[in-house]
Amino acid sequence: MDQLQHRKLEPMTPNNNHDNLGKHRSMLGIFVVKFFQNKLAVLGLVMLLLIIGSAVFAPLLAPHDPNYQILTARLHEPSAEYPLGADQLGRDLLSRLLYAGQMSLLVGFAAMASATFIGATMGAIAGYFGGIIDSIIMRIVDILFSFPNIFLMITLVALFRPSPFWLIVSFAVLGWMSTARLIRGEMLSLKKREFVLAARTLGISKWRIIFNHIMPNAIGPLIVAATLAVGQFIIAESTLSFLGIGISPPTATWGNMLTAAQNLTIFQTAWWYPLFPGLMIFLTVLSFNFVGDGLRDALDPRVVEK
Amino acid sequence: MGQETVIELKDVTTSFFSRKQELTVVDRVSFSVEKGETVAIVGESGSGKSMTSLSIMQLVPAPNGKITNGEIIFNGEDLLKKSKKDMHKVRGNDISMIFQEPMSSLNPVYTIGEQLREQLMYHQPLSKREAHEKGIEMLEIVGFARAREMMREYPHRLSGGMRQRVMIAMALSNNPKLLIADEPTTALDVTVQAQILDLMRGLSKDYDSSIILITHDLGVVAELAQRVVVMYGGQVVEEAKIDEIFDKPLHPYTEGLLNSMPKLNDEQTRLQSIPGSVPTPDNFPKGCRFVTRCPYAMQVCTEEQPTLLEKETGHKVRCFLHEEGVGKDGNIDRRSKQTQ
Repeated sequence: MDQLQHRKLEPMTPNNNHDNLGKHRSMLGIFVVKFFQNKLAVLGLVMLLLIIGSAVFAPLLAPHDPNYQILTARLHEPSAEYPLGADQLGRDLLSRLLYAGQMSLLVGFAAMASATFIGATMGAIAGYFGGIIDSIIMRIVDILFSFPNIFLMITLVALFRPSPFWLIVSFAVLGWMSTARLIRGEMLSLKKREFVLAARTLGISKWRIIFNHIMPNAIGPLIVAATLAVGQFIIAESTLSFLGIGISPPTATWGNMLTAAQNLTIFQTAWWYPLFPGLMIFLTVLSFNFVGDGLRDALDPRVVEK
Repeated sequence: MGQETVIELKDVTTSFFSRKQELTVVDRVSFSVEKGETVAIVGESGSGKSMTSLSIMQLVPAPNGKITNGEIIFNGEDLLKKSKKDMHKVRGNDISMIFQEPMSSLNPVYTIGEQLREQLMYHQPLSKREAHEKGIEMLEIVGFARAREMMREYPHRLSGGMRQRVMIAMALSNNPKLLIADEPTTALDVTVQAQILDLMRGLSKDYDSSIILITHDLGVVAELAQRVVVMYGGQVVEEAKIDEIFDKPLHPYTEGLLNSMPKLNDEQTRLQSIPGSVPTPDNFPKGCRFVTRCPYAMQVCTEEQPTLLEKETGHKVRCFLHEEGVGKDGNIDRRSKQTQ
């Protein structure tokens, strides 16, 4: 009992470290401050919100029905009626562009989510267990990496119907490898940390350790990779649609709107037609990359807050 | 003290397997810990003391490391015969462990409260609220004045000493029968070290818990332990009560360790050290493992392994100097050319 009293009265020298307890800033707070100090990241975020907003509110913003053809307005120049001009079938380009954003972003995000999920799970399992499991998973990664992605995608999409669903599936199946490598690497270093051993000595099961204790520590790189991946999947969707095997018309995507650029006459006479979808792809991917870089810097504890 | 044995290791052998060879890092280690007793395992880095503790927890790094032989009797049951599932119940519940590096032993992404609660709810049927209250209580026991606030803190906001207190709170939260402390104070400031040692001593008294203290700091041993197991090259080379170890060490290695401790009231300005370092398991000498560094090494030491003998009651030593019929003349000094 004497001992117990003694302990409670004992001055807590380490507590002095808590002078700054008043201006307590959580990890999230630090992260937010750091992110907003990065001007490009903020620019990217603002652009991204605008783009996502314009896609979500496309029905409200679009001046015309995106699929309504007015043949007299074929390849109409940008004007008050058609702010960004009209395509070869006389459909309003602005309206199509807004609706195309829905599809392109949907495919990008859905593919990102599924690819990240597969990649993170595979990487975590490979990294944590090591040995033969690691070898098998990483050899699959190597094999998938060694195919030119575009051909595999074309094959996969051609095997099924070129619908958004199969597009997302084929992106997920072919796009998880870099995430898996990333998470495997994180896992290799994190599993050696003492808190993992500590968790094991506390009797916590290995799945719980992997997904509840280690994975949250790898969330930073994962978010960064996922953000950058959205941009890549949007490009991939555009590429396939451009080649005519992605999302098929009349559903508009930025990629299949660009198909027009394959026609030399359109390219020469109606510059606005391929320009705006191209610009949208460019701006969207660019802002995803800005945000991704911003997240990376903000989540990296080595980049100090100014 | 000394009626009830909490854990007993019998000939525990742990090896690492590489493609070419088997490296034995824990070699037929036997010792026991009584209820309420603190046993220190002492030795330099590489002497196998941490591996011994991981062997008890059965957390020897897989897939290369394996416990190849022996028994670990805990609560009358052999832990080595338990299933993986049963071991999960033992870890953190009956036996828990604290580590050298308090800085990295807590998960940086969770608050102290979340980590304490998880640990409690994993082993006890508590609601979140109950676990929270119990967590606060544990933090108070280990000396946090503002335990309630502390529950909301992230590990990076705590100093090393505070983190080690949190680790102790977590380790003790399920009332373990045995606490393994692997160099609990090595990474801490001297003043904080004293506080942590004080805390551990107090807790072991209050709760009558047994502690296996792994350290290379004989000062810490003197503070806490009742009995000492000295390890070298994966083997137990001496085991004795604390006073005997300090007053009349039998093994030359123990002697060397004691001599290399700085003493306050000593004229001597230069600190003694044991020359050389612990041999790695792949080049252990054929005979006694300490032979390469032993000032009393004899011919026989290079050829045969000494056995661990009980010299006096409760005082065991593994050395030819103390075996019958070997080197009895007392003034042995580097008789490497002579035979026994």
